Amino acid sequence: MKITINAEFCKSCGLCIDVCKRDVLEIGPETNSKGYRAVVAAHPEHCVGCSVCAVMCPEGAIALKK
Amino acid sequence: MDALYERPKSLTNRATAYCPGCLHGVATRLIAELIDELDARADTVAVLPVGCGTLGMFHFNTDIVVSPHGRTPAVATGVKRSAPEKLVFSYQGDGDLAAIGLAEIMHAANRGENFTVIFINNGTYGMTGGQMAPTTLVGQKSTTTPEGRNPAETGYPMMMCEILSQLRAPRYIARFSLDCPANVIQAKKGLRKSFELQRAGKGFTFVELLSNCPTNWGLSPLECLEWMRENTMKAFPLGVFRDRED
Amino acid sequence: MEKKFLKGNEAVAEAAILAGCRFFAGYPITPQNEIPEYMARRMPQVGGVFLQGESETASVCMVYGAAAMGKLAMTSSSGPGISLKAEGISTLAGAQLPAVIVNVMRGGPGLGTIQAAQSDYLHATKAMGHGGFRVLVLAPSTVQEAIDLTYKAFGLAVKYQNPAVVLMDGWIGSMMEPVTLPEAKEPVKNAYTGWGTRYYNPSGTDVDVVTSCLLEPDRQELLNIHFGEMYETWARDEVMAEEYMLGDAEYVIVAYGTAARAARTAIGSLREKGVKAGMLRPISLYPFPYDALKRLDKSRVRCILDTEMTLPVQMKDDIRLGVTDAIPVHSCGRSGGVVLTNEDIEDALLRIIEEEGK
Repeated sequence: MKITINAEFCKSCGLCIDVCKRDVLEIGPETNSKGYRAVVAAHPEHCVGCSVCAVMCPEGAIALKK
Repeated sequence: MDALYERPKSLTNRATAYCPGCLHGVATRLIAELIDELDARADTVAVLPVGCGTLGMFHFNTDIVVSPHGRTPAVATGVKRSAPEKLVFSYQGDGDLAAIGLAEIMHAANRGENFTVIFINNGTYGMTGGQMAPTTLVGQKSTTTPEGRNPAETGYPMMMCEILSQLRAPRYIARFSLDCPANVIQAKKGLRKSFELQRAGKGFTFVELLSNCPTNWGLSPLECLEWMRENTMKAFPLGVFRDRED
Repeated sequence: MEKKFLKGNEAVAEAAILAGCRFFAGYPITPQNEIPEYMARRMPQVGGVFLQGESETASVCMVYGAAAMGKLAMTSSSGPGISLKAEGISTLAGAQLPAVIVNVMRGGPGLGTIQAAQSDYLHATKAMGHGGFRVLVLAPSTVQEAIDLTYKAFGLAVKYQNPAVVLMDGWIGSMMEPVTLPEAKEPVKNAYTGWGTRYYNPSGTDVDVVTSCLLEPDRQELLNIHFGEMYETWARDEVMAEEYMLGDAEYVIVAYGTAARAARTAIGSLREKGVKAGMLRPISLYPFPYDALKRLDKSRVRCILDTEMTLPVQMKDDIRLGVTDAIPVHSCGRSGGVVLTNEDIEDALLRIIEEEGK
């Protein structure tokens, strides 16, 4: 499973982290150009591709590929 | 690698202008996904309100017509009647639709205009800093109800789905919530059904989406979702209020 | 060139259709009701859209939506309804959309009266809404001219991508006169040229963003400057006025619309009494015919009589601007729907002449 998060679009709102039941996602260390610490896929190996993170993302910043 | 989920092409390629965690972003994204899935991008006209919804100007990669405050249903009437082949939606906030624009929504619905109204109910005037809206809950604080909305003075939250379903013409009226993935997926189904009914010329469709306002509720995006479940979703029951067959 | 005997309001509606208008939205208000009524019958015959809006506010916004889709669109009303359309008209101008607004004036302010008057000159020519925009304002004084000016208003609206106003009164709306109808134009989709697209979807070559909300101050300023230049173009190219017996005139009546009809009769009678009266009849109220006033011979013209069907008269400031106060400007009028007669005008001028004599 390949998760890509558009760090520039992410506003670190945390909704994706909350809905992901596999603890794949975390607030990342880097800040984007707007000053938000973009979410990162800390444990991509846990991801089963259910896409709820993408469903919940207000920025459409998450893309998933099998 | 086939895509499980990718960003819709009907969204312009930039971050939203909405606040972090604002569910306007989810609503906007769902609409864009559907426009892609219905292959309607070149034939879509987004009629936008005055409020946070105006920011859709940055996001819908479709024809856009920005309306004066509250008049989106009237503008959309002019648009749809002039270009019936277009997929037209009127995207409105609660101040736009239920306060200044109440006459326009009632009459567009009563005429059975063949377009889809997407009503974002977050109980506040977000763009202007959190004033009371017609959908502000009893007891809910706002910058114009500092002690909390007092029905003796400012009445009760307006139940737009219920109100509109007193009219004969509307074809489909439903209320969904954007507070969790399961409900977002249901909301998308409701939006899809509305767009499909519109394209089949079946008349007026109305989708109310319960939403949040982190900035003016003074809550984090996550806390907003909790608050919605405890308050908004109790005041505004979800469901389908009209789904006419003929 | 079909010849007909038509009522003013209906003539205006037919002229719109002949000009290619295929969308009308309006709301009942006396004295313009025949316009929506006529459109209700006629628009379906030409494949156009007629809508009775729930209010004048909604109606002008329907026109805005139609114009955004490239349709030639029109709405009509009278004073109180025109006031309700102010934000919509401002939005049409701000979004650079063509449309025609017909105001069949009545007594005002407020609810006023339903009888004919010229109570909205200032509203039409100075500020039909917020934001400092202008509209072309054309004022017919016959049913034929109402047809020609409505027809022309659509052309101007498209030429400048800006709303245009036909300013008539209940008299012209309800009287019938023999007319000749112009050629029918095929409706053509008006390509949107507003500035929204370049700012909001520069990459989207196949989308239009119709908006009067440019959000960024520097963008808005550029658009405002652009509008200013456009209004100067109007003043240079689009002024229309009739000069009637001005060549040797010592007394000049300035009157438009129905008031000019009464003035024309008064001038005939005054001339018989040896009074050299003439008239300047503005046809475009905006841009106003200042040059025609500047050209008046200050050594010969003793005074100007601003003659209107409204009190206090509303054109006076513009007339004074035109003659830069070099010629005294008196006023004469009736208001609230009271009929202005040629005798009223004759008596007013004779009194002024008598005063001068003392």
